[in-house]
Amino acid sequence: MNQQDVFAAVLEAVTEFNEQLDAEHKLELSSETRLLGKNSKLDSFGLVNLIIGVEEKLYDKFDRSITLADERAMSQEHSPFRSVQSLADYAFALLSEN
Amino acid sequence: MPDPVMLITGARKGIGRALAETYTERGWRVIGCSRAISDVAHANYRHVVLDVSDQDAVRNMITSIRKEEGRLDALINNAGIASMNAAMLTPIDTVRRIIETNVLGTFLLCQEAARLMQKNRFGRIVNFTSVAVPFNLEGEAAYAASKAAVESLTRILARELAEYGITVNAIGPTPIQTDLLRGVPPEKIGKLLMRQSIQRMGEPRDIINVIDFFLRAESDFITGQVIYLGGVS
Repeated sequence: MNQQDVFAAVLEAVTEFNEQLDAEHKLELSSETRLLGKNSKLDSFGLVNLIIGVEEKLYDKFDRSITLADERAMSQEHSPFRSVQSLADYAFALLSEN
Repeated sequence: MPDPVMLITGARKGIGRALAETYTERGWRVIGCSRAISDVAHANYRHVVLDVSDQDAVRNMITSIRKEEGRLDALINNAGIASMNAAMLTPIDTVRRIIETNVLGTFLLCQEAARLMQKNRFGRIVNFTSVAVPFNLEGEAAYAASKAAVESLTRILARELAEYGITVNAIGPTPIQTDLLRGVPPEKIGKLLMRQSIQRMGEPRDIINVIDFFLRAESDFITGQVIYLGGVS
């Protein structure tokens, strides 16, 4: 498992998440896609769903159970949930620790 | 439409076993769990051995339900332990075990089950409290406190999960003749029954009746509620 594998898994989770959404709310499949803030299409409900989907995808792909919304994530100055890339980076960091 | 899927904790004996037998007979696919193996034998029943406060084990069980069943419609958080003792004499390890099973276990199961339920925008969670909470029972400080926590958890989760089509309610049984009451003196139980509006022991059918109500499709406007048996309030 390397950083590209994790990024691909996160994109796959975003793709599956998009299947639940109408065209207007679908997320762009890009590393730069914003997940938080005024430039994000996600509300808090959507963000929770996406994080659940990403955690499940990482478990299915790598057989590893991680909790993305942990205390460290919540206390960081720059949230790891601000973009697809930062989410993937944070997931990779957690997977690398365990 | 596929058969509905139910997860029952503490399903090996007592009320949990009665629930597992009842709902498998009614056509539910039931996954039961407990700390020991079960001899419930039914084509619709599968048993998982785990401790409800073990996060990895609970996650693995929910993942197996996701992969094998693809859905979870109902969670019955029946697993619980009790201990009767004067607060000043209760070993702190006993308190810890009660909190871990009754509070942490309930929280964990709700959390993991809701993650699966939200995929279908439908779910029914039924937690177990006790009349020990409104009775403020002497000798049950740790147990009653743990069940008070379950009630609070039920009300807050009801709010958090409403958006996902998941209802969260709780049932508070009166004394029922199960292992949980083993060791409680008959005169103590007699005094307890005297405090109920309807002064009899509870039976599994009383619990099933309330759970049936919570499970009904028409109960989608019922959430965050605690129903005590026996006219206790």
